[in-house]
This record gives sequence, C-alpha cells and structure tokens, in this order.
Amino acid sequence: MSQPFAKLPAWADYGLLPLINLIVAFLVAGLVVLLVGESPIDAAVLMVKGAFGSGDGVGYTLYYATNFIFTGLCVAVAFHCGLFNIGGEGQAYIGGLGVSLVGLWLGNFLPWWLTFPLAILASALVGALWALIPAWLQAKRGSHVVITTIMFNFIAASIMVYVLVGVLKPAGSQAPETRVFAEGGQLPGLGWLLDLVGLSMRSAPLNVSFLLALVAAFLVWVLIWRTKLGYEIRTMGFSPKAARYAGISELRIIIITMMISGALAGMMALNPIMGAQHRMQLDFVAGAGFVGIAVALMGRSHPAGIVLAAILFGMLYQGGAEIAFDMPNISRDMIVIIQGLVILFAGALEHMFRPSLQRIFYRLGRAKNRTAAAAIAGGNQ
Amino acid sequence: MAEPAIELVGIDKRFGAVHANRDIHMRVEKGTIHGIIGENGAGKSTLMSILYGFYQADSGEIRINGQATRIADPNAAIALGIGMVHQHFMLVEKFTVLENVMLGVEGAPLLKNGISKARAELKRLEKEYQLDVDPDAPIEELPVGLQQRVEILKALYRGAEILVLDEPTGVLTPPEADHLFRILEQLKSQGKTIVLITHKLREIMAVTDNVSVMRQGAVVATRKTEETTVEELAELMVGRRVLLRVQKGEAKPGGVKLSVENLTVRDSRGVVMVDDASFTVRAGEIVGIAGVAGNGQSQLIETIAGIRAAVSGRVLLDGQIIDITGAADPGELRDRGLAHVPEDRHHMGLVLAFEEYENSILGYHDDPLYLNGPFLDLEAIKADARKKIEKYDIRPSDPRLKTANFSGGNQQKIVLAREMERDPGVLIIGQPTRGVDVGAIEFIHKRIIEMRDAGKAVLLVSVELDEIRSLSDRILVMFAGRIVGERDSDADEGELGLLMAGVEHKEAAE
Repeated sequence: MSQPFAKLPAWADYGLLPLINLIVAFLVAGLVVLLVGESPIDAAVLMVKGAFGSGDGVGYTLYYATNFIFTGLCVAVAFHCGLFNIGGEGQAYIGGLGVSLVGLWLGNFLPWWLTFPLAILASALVGALWALIPAWLQAKRGSHVVITTIMFNFIAASIMVYVLVGVLKPAGSQAPETRVFAEGGQLPGLGWLLDLVGLSMRSAPLNVSFLLALVAAFLVWVLIWRTKLGYEIRTMGFSPKAARYAGISELRIIIITMMISGALAGMMALNPIMGAQHRMQLDFVAGAGFVGIAVALMGRSHPAGIVLAAILFGMLYQGGAEIAFDMPNISRDMIVIIQGLVILFAGALEHMFRPSLQRIFYRLGRAKNRTAAAAIAGGNQ
Repeated sequence: MAEPAIELVGIDKRFGAVHANRDIHMRVEKGTIHGIIGENGAGKSTLMSILYGFYQADSGEIRINGQATRIADPNAAIALGIGMVHQHFMLVEKFTVLENVMLGVEGAPLLKNGISKARAELKRLEKEYQLDVDPDAPIEELPVGLQQRVEILKALYRGAEILVLDEPTGVLTPPEADHLFRILEQLKSQGKTIVLITHKLREIMAVTDNVSVMRQGAVVATRKTEETTVEELAELMVGRRVLLRVQKGEAKPGGVKLSVENLTVRDSRGVVMVDDASFTVRAGEIVGIAGVAGNGQSQLIETIAGIRAAVSGRVLLDGQIIDITGAADPGELRDRGLAHVPEDRHHMGLVLAFEEYENSILGYHDDPLYLNGPFLDLEAIKADARKKIEKYDIRPSDPRLKTANFSGGNQQKIVLAREMERDPGVLIIGQPTRGVDVGAIEFIHKRIIEMRDAGKAVLLVSVELDEIRSLSDRILVMFAGRIVGERDSDADEGELGLLMAGVEHKEAAE
C-alpha cells in the first residue's frame, strides 16, 4: 500500500533535515552551556572563531576532518552492503603498523613522495586484513560483524600496546611511542593551500593526507555508483535475496566490501602518524573510528555528505578545544557532551523530525494544489 | 426502509500525491453480503482501513446504523460492532484457538475465570454459527481454512455485527472457499452484515447481494449482483473492455528442455518441502503447477533456478545436469538459457530502492554489453532499459524512476522484460500476476503464450487456479511437496480442487 506520508524532496531530505537536526543539537548544547553559567552566544562565537577564524584554526579543523573522512567512508562502504562495521577504530589503529613500518624503515632513505604511496598501500593492506577476519566469520559462520568488529577493536588496542611498549619503543625511552621518522617518513604540510586563500598556517598539522582523503571520497563514489562491484555491493545491501537470485556470491561481496572498508580505516593512520606527529603514539586514533559512524550517518553514506559532515565534526573538535581553553567553567568533558549531543541528534535521532517535516510538506503541497485549482477556476469565470 | 448498517458519505483520503479514496459514497444494507471489487491499488483496503480506524479520512462521514461516528482506532470500531478478518491472519501461532480468541479481552489480570467464561461463550458461538473448531488446538496445527474460521470467531466473540473480510480466499483451496461462502450465508441468515473485499469476480457473483466497483480510488458503480454480469464488472473495474479468457492456439511441443527427476528439497528446519518430484517440460509447451500456497511450489522452482539446495534428485537442462547442491551460480544458469521470474518480486526479482534501469540488468550485470571494463556503461544500460520500457509498455516510461514507485503490474513487467528479452530456452515463472492489475494481466498472459509459441519451455507456478487452467497445456498438481496428479488443460475444476486439497491422494498419484 501507499506510504502514509509524502516523500520529501531531495533538498529537504539531504539539506533541510540535517540542518534542523544540527540546530536542535546546538540549541540543547546551548542550554547545557547556560546551565554551567556561561553564555551560549559567546561559546558559539568562540567555537566558530576557533575553528575558522585563523589559518591555524582552519588547519586544525581540516586536520581532524581528514581523520573523519577516512573513518566515515569506512562505515559508509560497509553500510552500502548492509554491514555495520563498527571496527573502524581498531582497523585504523592496526593500520598504524603499516604506516610505521614504512616510515621507520623506508623513510630513512626514500623521499616522502616515494614513501607516501608505499605507506598508503601498507596502511590499507593492514587495515583490510584486520577487517578480513570478522568478514570471513560473517560470511562463513554468520557471526554478526557488529559483535566481532567491536571485539576486534579491543584486540587491536591490546596488540598495539604490546607492540608499542614491547617492540617499537626505542630502548631507554619512557614514552610508549616509536622514534621520530626520518625526513622521508614525514608528509609535507598544506600551508601553501591556505596561503592561496590568504590564511597563514604556522603550527597546525594539516598535511597532504587531507588531499588523499578527498581523492578517496571521490573513488568511493565511483566505486559505489559507477562500477559493477558497487552495483553488486548495493544489491546485497538492499536485498540479500535479490543478490542470491542475481548470482552474486554473498561470501565474495561481504569479504571484498569489508576489506575495502578496513583499508579506508587503515589509511586514516597516515594523517596523525606520517602527517602530524612523525611517529606512532599510543591511542593515536583517539575515537575517530567511532566519530566516523556519526559522520557516515549524517552524510547519508554519500561521500559528498561525508566530507561535509567530517568538516563539521572537525570544527567541533577544534572549536571545542578553543572553548575549553577560554571558558574556565567549560572543561574538556563539557565539549565531549556537546559533541555527543550532535551525534545524538544528527545520528541516532536522525529521523525524529522526519514525520513532522513530511506532514508540513504534505500540507504545503495540498495548499499549493488548492491555490492552483482556485486559479484555474478563477480563470474560467 | 431500515437504516443501512454502514453508510459512507463523501470519504476522501490522500497519501501525499496519491489520492487513495475520492469522495466515496456507499450504503451497505443490514443483513446483506456486500462485495467491494477493484484492482490492486483501487483503494479498497484503504477504505476498509478507514472504516476499521487504522486511518482517518481527510473528509467525509461514517454512519453506523444511521449514527454518525468517529472511528479513532480499531478499538472504537470493535465497540461499534465492526469486526475485521485480515488477509494475513493476526493469530499467535503457538497459542490455542481459545487463547487466540480471548487475546486482548481476557477480562481480568488472572486468566482462571476468564478462560472458563470464554470457553462457554466460544461453545455457544460455534453452535450458533456452525463454526466447529477444537478450542484447545494450537493454531499452528490447524489448516488455513480453520485458522480463518478462528479469525471469524474472534470477531464474533467481540460482538461483531458487521464483518469485513479482506481478500479471504487468497489462501484457500476451492473447496475451502466454498465452505467459507456457506459460513457467510449462515452468518447473513442470522442477521449479520458482511463486507467482502476481493478482486475475484467469480466470488462476487457467487455470494454477494450487492457489489460496489472501485477504480482509482473512486466507487464507479454499485449494482445488485443478480442484475449484473462478470463482463460488466470487469469492464467497470478496468475502465475498458477486457479479454477474460486467454486466446491461444494448439501447443506444438518439441523435445524435452527441462527434466526434473526424483527431486527432494528440505527447508532450513529439515522439513521436506519437495518430495520426490519428477516431471519434464518440453519446448513449446506451458506446464502449470497448481496448488495452494505453501505446498512446495516455491521451493521447487527456486531449486531449479539454482537458488536453493536440494537433498537428492537430478535436474537436467537441455540434457545437461544442473548443480542443485546449492553451490550453483544462477548467473551460469542464465548463460545456459534458463530465465526465472521469481514469485517474490519485491525482495528477489527486484531491488525496490534501485532506479528502474538498475533493475533492468539484475542478474545480467556480468554481460559485457553493459560494462566498460569494471565500470558500468550507464548509457548502454539506460538505452537498453528504454527499449524494454517501450516494448513492454512500462509506465511511467522513466528509467530513472525508483522501482518502488511503479505499480505492481509495471514492476512485474520490468522483471518479465528483463527475463524474456534474453531469449531464454526455458522460462520459469512464479505468480506472474500476483498483485497485478487486470489490464496488465492480459498483457502478461499474452507474452507468456508468445514465449510458448516461439518454442520456449515454460514452467508456470501460480496459486490462481484460473490462471493455471487458462494458460497451461499440461497441469501438475502439488500437495504437501508431492506432485499428486497430472491433468490436461481442460481438466475439471472441481477435480483439480480436490487434488489441491490432498483428497484422493492415492488414486490421483496413480
């Protein structure tokens, strides 16, 4: 039977609805700020200024966004196949091994533009292999990827602690991190890009992996909507029965999709390790894998939406840090609350306002029909 | 004249752009059986959902026994004495008949008193209306005909004076349907009012006193049943003259294209769904498999199409064995000339979220015709889709439209176009016209006959016995997974009905 509600036009579905969600999230966040005795308006100004007001602000915002683009794409690709990959965090963390291997070893004697592609390959490969195990378990044994990928996050975290403390830490050092990479293992910054728009970046870690993230977003779009593989992935995601009917191997598609998803997460490791710190530190992913879920939800699993949502979350991270710095009553934890609210409204409660919005559009549509009919009737007189 | 049991005055309902009910006026007299007939999507179910309080009308009034009322939800409808028997039963499979009947009207937090009272009341109802059911039998052990009886009892138990039945015979064998009609007559004679929603003209003629015809959301005519004919009703439903009988010439069968030998299939729980089935389909003939839904037909064709695994047996396509171990690649079977129009159009034959052109290559997406290396050749695919849209008169003729936005008939045409245009040697078709409007049925039947006349072997499965009889050159009847008989296309309907019901199982198998 027919749906009881009108379908929303695309601009409302992809533009207006996320905007409403976002505004509500910020209103509620404003109340929280008010509650601790600070002015929400001031906080908002601080946040926007902190994120976009200076070359370094923009640099940091886009640096964080880079992480979220990769992890958002990771979640989105799996989502198109009907898989919920929550393991981006662990896949990115383990991906750091690939980056570090290249950075520590080849970085000693190759220039960055040679180590970079190799590091991309290595990080993608390690991330993909880490996703392969849950994928295999899902395809062969029916073990749900949601469960297994969560568990693999913990396994990855433990392995990395062991590797960093026991294997990669230079002798005599107290910090659980690798040595600093040689020059060939350091990615150049993107100061010149900001120079073009008249901003100057001094200390922000924005680097060429941001461009790689944009390329990855474009390639994901090509993959999903322009290739035969993407067609098969989407068929599986919408209807496993139709995929079976069409002769698409479930085993093959689940494994390939999860490996692509894991590879995208693994590539996220390039940004903080080779791009910013030039070494691998404990917990360098810092929750970006989970933020990627919200980014993918908010971006409707479309690469363009993901890039925009990632920049929004980059702004929250960077602007939030500025608020915490300038407003004594607002601690770092308060910022996490605000970010949580955005995730809650933009991600989890994504559809809360949909029915009301549909009703409004339906009424508008009817009113329009009526005026049109009246106009015709009037014209006939 | 007495007040009518139901009077609908100017009921109007829109779902977004869809005008589901347009200014509906209808009178249902007390103590009559009133039929509502119309194609799928004509607005019958919406209208009844408004009557039962699932939806609210945008405008208009409902009068029950002459009283204007507002039916806010199904509880209000029940309080007004309206009972509904849904197309899909609303029964708890694990509960007994008695438990199902008293569900929601237990009477007290503790069941003890309620049960004995309910048992007595159920006894009385069964006696009064001759609706015998064992009150302690679990629902899952009852045949569908009896389950439906429980639904009727549920409504009566809640004091229904007006009984609405939505497509009640869809799941019944012909004898079961006849029995249902006798029950309805009995209810009528006791003064109940019955509204019967159906798309089957025969049932309307057999059992109703009055009939309202709906088309595109509006009631286009109301007739006394005895003063109308099947032809007139069909024309009113569709809005133009329709051919009810399929025109076809003599079959000229050639060699065997598809041969099934001792095929046995179990479902995931290990229950035998297809039991030692053997038959052949020759080039240039249509073999129809008749049977009530759920007797193994679905499993049979899915196994032949390589989607489901068999336990034992052989299937030969053009004399070559098909892999029926479940590891078969349906894509490879397509290459060998086996096309399959699946029963479940919504989940298997189509991806409803896809645009039309994307569905036009489902299963054939490996064909280099549609590809540029690893990339989809969108221009070629769309051009191909446009050609099929034109040839099969698929409306709206927009390959970029989301498949879910096509009507059932047009969705089916998308599948048929895809499968038939590949010029397969063997065509397996499941439920070709389920949920399809009358106009499209005519077209689809014609195409199937054309395939036969072009020398294809066609295996047809349908729960509509009329469809099987009018299309098939040979009819196989399936019951409980077994092929219990083979008949010619001019076989007696009553005899087929008995076979479908599993009666004379032994004699028929010989």
